Amino acid sequence: MAVSSSSFLSTASLTNSKSNISFASSVSPSLRSVVFRSTTPATSHRRSMTVRSKIREIFMPALSSTMTEGKIVSWIKTEGEKLAKGESVVVVESDKADMDVETFYDGYLAAIVVGEGETAPVGAAIGLLAETEAEIEEAKSKAASKSSSSVAEAVVPSPPPVTSSPAPAIAQPAPVTAVSDGPRKTVATPYAKKLAKQHKVDIESVAGTGPFGRITASDVETAAGIAPSKSSIAPPPPPPPPVTAKATTTNLPPLLPDSSIVPFTAMQSAVSKNMIESLSVPTFRVGYPVNTDALDALYEKVKPKGVTMTALLAKAAGMALAQHPVVNASCKDGKSFSYNSSINIAVAVAINGGLITPVLQDADKLDLYLLSQKWKELVGKARSKQLQPHEYNSGTFTLSNLGMFGVDRFDAILPPGQGAIMAVGASKPTVVADKDGFFSVKNTMLVNVTADHRIVYGADLAAFLQTFAKIIENPDSLTL
Amino acid sequence: MQSAMALSFSQTSFTRPNHVLGSSGSVFSTPRSLRFCGLRREAFGFSTSNQLATRSNRIQFLSRKSFQVSASASSNGNGAPPKSFDYDLIIIGAGVGGHGAALHAVEKGLKTAIIEGDVVGGTCVNRGCVPSKALLAVSGRMRELQNEHHMKSFGLQVSAAGYDRQGVADHANNLATKIRNNLTNSMKAIGVDILTGFGSVLGPQKVKYGKDNIITAKDIIIATGSVPFVPKGIEVDGKTVITSDHALKLESVPEWIAIVGSGYIGLEFSDVYTALGSEVTFIEALDQLMPGFDPEISKLAQRVLINPRKIDYHTGVFASKITPARDGKPVLIELIDAKTKEPKDTLEVDAALIATGRAPFTNGLGLENVNVVTQRGFIPVDERMRVIDGKGTLVPNLYCIGDANGKLMLAHAASAQGISVVEQVSGRDHVLNHLSIPAACFTHPEISMVGLTEPQAKEKGEKEGFKVSVVKTSFKANTKALAENEGEGIAKMIYRPDNGEILGVHIFGLHAADLIHEASNAIALGTRIQDIKLAVHAHPTLSEVLDELFKAAKVESHATTRTVSEKVVV
Repeated sequence: MAVSSSSFLSTASLTNSKSNISFASSVSPSLRSVVFRSTTPATSHRRSMTVRSKIREIFMPALSSTMTEGKIVSWIKTEGEKLAKGESVVVVESDKADMDVETFYDGYLAAIVVGEGETAPVGAAIGLLAETEAEIEEAKSKAASKSSSSVAEAVVPSPPPVTSSPAPAIAQPAPVTAVSDGPRKTVATPYAKKLAKQHKVDIESVAGTGPFGRITASDVETAAGIAPSKSSIAPPPPPPPPVTAKATTTNLPPLLPDSSIVPFTAMQSAVSKNMIESLSVPTFRVGYPVNTDALDALYEKVKPKGVTMTALLAKAAGMALAQHPVVNASCKDGKSFSYNSSINIAVAVAINGGLITPVLQDADKLDLYLLSQKWKELVGKARSKQLQPHEYNSGTFTLSNLGMFGVDRFDAILPPGQGAIMAVGASKPTVVADKDGFFSVKNTMLVNVTADHRIVYGADLAAFLQTFAKIIENPDSLTL
Repeated sequence: MQSAMALSFSQTSFTRPNHVLGSSGSVFSTPRSLRFCGLRREAFGFSTSNQLATRSNRIQFLSRKSFQVSASASSNGNGAPPKSFDYDLIIIGAGVGGHGAALHAVEKGLKTAIIEGDVVGGTCVNRGCVPSKALLAVSGRMRELQNEHHMKSFGLQVSAAGYDRQGVADHANNLATKIRNNLTNSMKAIGVDILTGFGSVLGPQKVKYGKDNIITAKDIIIATGSVPFVPKGIEVDGKTVITSDHALKLESVPEWIAIVGSGYIGLEFSDVYTALGSEVTFIEALDQLMPGFDPEISKLAQRVLINPRKIDYHTGVFASKITPARDGKPVLIELIDAKTKEPKDTLEVDAALIATGRAPFTNGLGLENVNVVTQRGFIPVDERMRVIDGKGTLVPNLYCIGDANGKLMLAHAASAQGISVVEQVSGRDHVLNHLSIPAACFTHPEISMVGLTEPQAKEKGEKEGFKVSVVKTSFKANTKALAENEGEGIAKMIYRPDNGEILGVHIFGLHAADLIHEASNAIALGTRIQDIKLAVHAHPTLSEVLDELFKAAKVESHATTRTVSEKVVV
């Protein structure tokens, strides 16, 4: 592609004939291309911008006599990067060829106004160059105010209050900005670094899950809140073509007048993506009534010690899963499934404008008090958006509880990558008949588990629920 | 079999001027020898050559039982028996260089024998150009199939592409076997005696091979080639720290591999590994990647071959120490600053490929018997490949071609040198013009070049007082390239506007390696631009990229035009 350097000022040598193009340029006087205009306050050619003279605009150059607009092929430099005179900054595609645009000035690429793949007319500002580092911010704000293309990052919603846990949609939340602790050197693979740069993720804040704890591309993708792209090609070829007939109908009804359109936040996009993805998993549901009299009694006893219902349910589920490992398994490629080495219970939590699933790791092993403590900590972190990736994406089983709203039963959607999700309804007094025909009133709660039928079958799930019910009905083991 | 020779050379490192053999991340402190016109007399860089002995694969052949002396009769072409010598010509080393020389010798009526201590075909066929082309053929297809955008622009739909590592490895191995057999048969068929065993020079016109077979010949050609160069501090275990010899077997595809050296060996392997799903980290001793290529080409190549791929790099650093993966630890690479030698960084990767160039394989050749002193392992020769001894005088009847002399470490250069030597010993003086030898790097897309780079040409022009012009064209302007959706690429020609001489041509783009020959032939034959621009190219073909260059060049009108051949009435 790019015919770098030289000669686009020497347009005379561009042969317009035929469809071909060639650049004849004498070597000696190297005509280096630069299109910079210093935007002094006096020259207010673009709107009423008052930019200090130290901030220069980078313009779309005229690369040939016939060029009226150009497309940005790629920015060689990224925002904030230092530039030295003569260095290539951006590659521009004209109607004829790709060329480098070089800088005449030392400085910093403060802002990219026209992004990669976008088009701008000749002479339009495509970026801003700041002379000193201090001016980058200033230039950026100018860029934000002027850019027609959206340079502005999606703004992360303000810290939301954590309430209960409604709908079972599981999201990889928005970027997490946390400080990694420990002096350990960060090891990230080349592609991970590239992705981090692209998605503006601070690589130091990403938790590495790759071999030797290194940060891999998928770690960065997770941290950036995008679902990992299809696994890079590996010896066993990935599964056959995806399900056909995706809803591609474009004949949507027109919007009603005065309706407002709200673009998805990063978190909503992630939820949406995960939900669509979940459609490719064949799921089924099994419900089970559980008597909670004993559990309620236990809860009253341990509540003063800081134990929450969430911890009780998570512990019970964890113990039941330990006896039914298949329910804790995951099927990722449709060809095999893996028994997960630990039982990590993700608990769905609604936060303002989204949904997140903090994970109680090793829920079967930790005792109730530790679990409760851990849960409080996780909720706190979720509120302040401090959750580390492994604290929200390492779940092997999900728990969603809408009981506190009086919901008696509901149906959860299985998050991709997990084998089962449990939807817990409210516990309420119910008339039950025992086997001898005697009626009594007992607190009963309906639980409904959605599972991946590729790996979990009806009998598995029934057996698991039976165990779960037994634990809830004889909850003493929970406190052990 | 000719195809075998044409199969390029990737493995034999080329020591083009300025193409530093040590485009490496390691111990080369020597600066690039920027000899500007052409070839440095000897390649440089290897402190000791005795270290090679340990790696030498010759040694094992001493223990081989059978020295089957191929007794193919000389009835079918191998020259008449000489008066006092066993042979007219003995070639030590049956690589591509020796093979080319042998075929030409028989054609010239010389009774010829070729000695091989390993397998016929040498580096190129067994551990170099040939198997690497097989891997690159696979990587090229993988890359294409994985490129959804590319496929979509054709209107093609392809479900996810995958590969079977063993299948890929087998393809490379099968190709090497096939070419090796072709090579062997081509020599047997015309009656070249293939002698098995380690060959060495006993004295003037006398050669020993195997344990104690002594034969004599009027002339001797040394064509023993080279082996991968491993700088000190690097421990090669063949599993996680490997050289090109191991990598070509493709015994594993690591998730993350560091490639030490970004010359064309490293570059080609980066193409293979990234296409198969690995991530790559380059370690380059010089300040920029791809040293040795024309700067403009390497800049563009970096934008296409490095930046968009899963590759990062460290430049200006040596890998001072590389420890293979063991005890549950990854491969550890210690980097030091190339200039200050200060420790710079430590890398943890799954594997490391050492592609720091190649070292001549000249140990144990008995050179002391003819008073020849190697220079960093290379055998000194003059422009006619005649071996020069320690006192600077020519050793009669002894020649050295190919990687062992270090002039231009390319398979086809070795072959050309061999043919040149045979021309001389059969009575016709011949000096090979190394500037007309093309070189190519088989990445996707390919890079090829012949002659001088732009900076070299400018320097030469300044020194000798002529003007240098450059003309460029883009593959984007070529119909065939666009039909293939492969408009990425550039061709540039460096020439003298005063007389129309082509000084160099550099191509980066689809099938660049095949396209270069029009330019290299023009340089070899002295064809001027004003003449070749009148030649016709089929439309639409990629060759029009060069046509475009020739036509766009501005040669001053006083330059003489060669009279085009007599008119033929059709």
